[in-house]
Amino acid sequence: MYYVIARVLQACLVMLCVALVGFIVFQYVGDPVLALVGQETSIEDRAALRESLGLNDPILVQYLRFVADALRGDLGISYSFNRDVADMIAERLPATVELVLLSGVLGLVLAIPAGIYTGIHRKGGWAQAIMALSVIGVSIPSFLLGILMILVFSVWLNWLPSFGRGDVAGVFGFRSSLFTLDGLSHALMPAAVLCLFQLGVILRLVRAEMLEVLRTDFIRFAWARGLPAQVVYLQHALKNTLVPVVTAIGLQLSSLFAFSIITERVFQWPGMGSLLLHAIGQSDIPLLAAYLIFVGLVFTVANLVVDALYVMIDPRIRHGKV
Amino acid sequence: MLIRIKSDFWYELLRSPITVFSALLIILMVLACTFAPWVAPHTPFDPATISILDNNLPPAWQDRSDPRFLLGTDMQGRDVLSAMLYGGRISLMVGLGAVALSTVIGLTVGLVAGYFGGLTDAILMRIAEVQFAFPPILIALLLNGILKTALPADVFATAAVPIMILAIGLAGWVQFARIVRASTLVQREQDYITACHAIGLPTHVTILRHILPNVLSPVLVLAMLQIAVAIVTEATLSFLGLGTPLTEPSLGALIQAGSQFLFSGIWWVVIFPGVMLLMMVIAFNLVADWARDYLNPRLR
Amino acid sequence: MTDPLLKIEDLQITFPHRRGDFIAVQGFELTLNKGEIVGLIGESGAGKSTVGNAVIGLLSPPGRVTSGQILLDGQDLTELTAHRLAALRGRRIGMIFQDPMTSLNPLMTVGQQLAQSISILRKMPMRQARAEAARRLSDVGISDAKNRMDQYPHEFSGGMRQRVVIALALAGDPDLLIADEPTTALDVSVQKQVLDLIKDICRERALGVILVTHDMGVIAETADRVCVMRHGKLVETGDTQKVLAHPTADYTTRLIAAIPSITEREDRFRNPEPRTGDIDKWLLQAHDREEEGHFLNTTDLVKEFPAKGVSFGIRQPPFRAVDVPQIQIARGEVLGLVGESGSGKSTLGRLLTGLLPITQGSVTYTDHGDISAFRRAAPRKAFRRDVQVVFQDPYSSLNSRLRVDRILAEPIRFHGLASRSQTPRLVAALLERVGLSAEDGRKYPHQFSGGQRQRICIARALAVRPRFILCDEPTSALDVSIQADMLALLMELRRSLGLTMLFVSHDLAVVRQVSDRVAVMRKGKIVELKEAETLFQSPEHEYTRHLLSTAPRVEGHRPSNTAASTRKAIQ
Repeated sequence: MYYVIARVLQACLVMLCVALVGFIVFQYVGDPVLALVGQETSIEDRAALRESLGLNDPILVQYLRFVADALRGDLGISYSFNRDVADMIAERLPATVELVLLSGVLGLVLAIPAGIYTGIHRKGGWAQAIMALSVIGVSIPSFLLGILMILVFSVWLNWLPSFGRGDVAGVFGFRSSLFTLDGLSHALMPAAVLCLFQLGVILRLVRAEMLEVLRTDFIRFAWARGLPAQVVYLQHALKNTLVPVVTAIGLQLSSLFAFSIITERVFQWPGMGSLLLHAIGQSDIPLLAAYLIFVGLVFTVANLVVDALYVMIDPRIRHGKV
Repeated sequence: MLIRIKSDFWYELLRSPITVFSALLIILMVLACTFAPWVAPHTPFDPATISILDNNLPPAWQDRSDPRFLLGTDMQGRDVLSAMLYGGRISLMVGLGAVALSTVIGLTVGLVAGYFGGLTDAILMRIAEVQFAFPPILIALLLNGILKTALPADVFATAAVPIMILAIGLAGWVQFARIVRASTLVQREQDYITACHAIGLPTHVTILRHILPNVLSPVLVLAMLQIAVAIVTEATLSFLGLGTPLTEPSLGALIQAGSQFLFSGIWWVVIFPGVMLLMMVIAFNLVADWARDYLNPRLR
Repeated sequence: MTDPLLKIEDLQITFPHRRGDFIAVQGFELTLNKGEIVGLIGESGAGKSTVGNAVIGLLSPPGRVTSGQILLDGQDLTELTAHRLAALRGRRIGMIFQDPMTSLNPLMTVGQQLAQSISILRKMPMRQARAEAARRLSDVGISDAKNRMDQYPHEFSGGMRQRVVIALALAGDPDLLIADEPTTALDVSVQKQVLDLIKDICRERALGVILVTHDMGVIAETADRVCVMRHGKLVETGDTQKVLAHPTADYTTRLIAAIPSITEREDRFRNPEPRTGDIDKWLLQAHDREEEGHFLNTTDLVKEFPAKGVSFGIRQPPFRAVDVPQIQIARGEVLGLVGESGSGKSTLGRLLTGLLPITQGSVTYTDHGDISAFRRAAPRKAFRRDVQVVFQDPYSSLNSRLRVDRILAEPIRFHGLASRSQTPRLVAALLERVGLSAEDGRKYPHQFSGGQRQRICIARALAVRPRFILCDEPTSALDVSIQADMLALLMELRRSLGLTMLFVSHDLAVVRQVSDRVAVMRKGKIVELKEAETLFQSPEHEYTRHLLSTAPRVEGHRPSNTAASTRKAIQ
């Protein structure tokens, strides 16, 4: 219990730090006044605007105001679109989430069994082949893979569309391209690109952990008392493997968000990543800061979920032993 | 135990031909890129030597090609092979520079946090934890974006390579700090460190002479993996148009430029730099994999 | 006569290696009947565990049986397919490993693990298996088994865990049990309980037991017959009492002779053969301030460690590791400090030598004053030059990245005890003084055996010309024959150089051999402190008596009590 509370408090602290970084970027990179009104405005007008924006208040007050605004969902107005930033993120979110979920689930479903398999049959032919592929998987930059896939499947074979999100349909109020055939055909390549790197990383991690666990005394003891292979592997080894793997999966979720930026650019997918690139290109600081805070929130929540899973898996943490 | 006798090194290395091949490939690429001005058949970014008439020529073994350009030319008539060597030079420079920066920061933070513990440790590790929640590539992207906004455009353009090194290096130190801290915590409890205390050695001698050499081997493996990551990050940022300027393109920028002409069937401008980038990254990854297994002989 | 349960004939086990195959076991033979315990004893590298692993078919790759037979009820196990051999594990052959802390799956409750094994091995439905599991846990001496079933391994103490391990190993009712150093990781008093449990189970179930151990005391207490192994070969076999009393093989004689006695102080340690080196004059230079009286004194020494975590918002009281009102060490004396694991003996040793900060009280050296009151570097440095440590683990106590001569030169140079040009000569002399050669300075620590590393550690401690040495379990990680050498070396150095020593150990016999006075520690407190002979002959405190009664004894062959003959025998 203490552990959970500590982790929640820690997560809040992390969010405050992220907000601080967002605040600093927001306030000090570029001049917000200049960005709002341009060079022509008189110095007096600018000073008045500065005062009305609260930029002359003590820094701590400004920071707290920033945090309070962020908590209310007010993340400022985009310079380049002149629209509420929070609205824009909400608009772009579903496209990114569907991509991240599709590839994340696909990655886990494939990576964990493959990792277990290669860990058990370390010297086998299939395992070696999978490992060789995984090296390519973790090595190939996702933008390069995307381009290659477009070259093969769109340019040469002309099987799949190379850009855009395709048709969108709503199910339970969630509008996603995963619910239409056209949408799926659009999502296939981006999801595959996004998936492959995760697949490689998680597979290799599961394998490494599996090898580590299979060498422990309690596995040797499990063999020595005659437990069948599937019990040893799946009931004794796998669960112990999962503890570090769960941590990594939390981190992988955040890296899926990060890599979706690249995938979205390659396939011109209208998600949050495209928005961020636009913000950087236009030096749209409020949008940049809002993106930072938003992904910070996503990552912190993901890590919190991971910590909760930890407690469920490992009794030693429940009992405060570790 | 991490110490192994020397002859084992060559024995284990030669038993893994793919690692030998990767290591040779790295050496070859480093040499070729370092000496690109002497090795490359053309000077691709000197406007005086390029002719727009030579543009979009396919590789030498295809129809309509020009034997002067072994791997063809791009839309501006630049030799692809030469551009690759010059571009690879930038990729390697950024990769090595960024990892050197990460290693120095990570080693310092990890050793200090691990050895002293307490409040120092708590503060440093909280910072690391916050950053660790963010994927390095995103941090590099944001740092780059922020620097781009903060710096005047001409400064940003001329200092592209150092800025990349800074952004990627600052994004990657956490991994080093964590691994060094973990090893330092283990080493600190070893009796030979207590023996240092018993002798009365000053703290900096204990850390630099006794702990540092004993935490280096995991750092070495991580550094090799991180070089691969840094090269990919640099290429990705350049691909997104945030990295090196087009006047001095890295491999990623070359691919980005080429990808715009993909639908015209001009594949060589993308494929050849892409293959070189991929080979570079795979080679570093394979050597790192081997080194990790070698340093951890229990796994064999 | 009935056929034996297990018969091993001419067993050879080989580990292929690129520099030629390593033969780990050769020509080994053994016969084991039901209801009998056969001990397999040898020092490290003797191949005793390899035999155990071969019987159960769990040799670590690439090792394999290259010739001979392992007959279980007449069936040759070496001819079985891997699959059929696996079917025998748990059902015919059970095994217990050394460390109960790592033998159990940390993420499953004890009941789950046991019920799972029972239900699989005895084809029982889970509900029935759980009931059976509870019964079996109480069979191995776990009280309140029904409730403890739902606890995780980390909630059990070491001895209790080893009981759980035994119950697990017996889940499929095997006829043969291989116990590989089952009590090495346990305290002496717990060790006796676990060994008694194994003995009882062996008799009750007519189980054949192979007990693999390095400890002659364990064999003497437990085994009916013993096989002595050395370098993979069987040296001697026979009834335990007979072998211990009248060993026929030379090696067995030496092995038994090397064991320090718990019943008397042996002359080889009391009066070690004096050996002086050229370096003794240099080493004795520090001893110009010899005075009478005590060397160090403490007042109300307390060490507390903060408790881990907070529960329900209330900070747990700190854990009091050491609480010692007063302890004095006289000049030139060896004070022995015994206790079981967790008694705080090592912590006390480190407090006295200034290696751990003190929570309360003070440690005062006659020559240096209160050691926690040093404000400047100079007196601290002078203190550090006087007080040195030799540790337990010879592997972690040397920096593996430094060459031995640099390890030894560092303290000399740091304390400015010799010039740069003189140092190599001193390093060479130091190495020779502890029984190594000057050339050894050019090697790295991993090129030495455990015993040799411990000699390097002693040389490093001597390099600052100390007058006080803390020996923290200096021989616990060493084989028994090397332990005798090491104790003799320490005692000889102490006599030649007039050192004062604090000797921390869990081994009563070792402490008896080296100490002038002995302190017995339990739960951070000293329960008894007396002249060594008085303490061992007429212990007063109940706990001291308990420790003495549970310590395994080897009442066997004793060599004639002259130092020279013993030393010859050991070498």
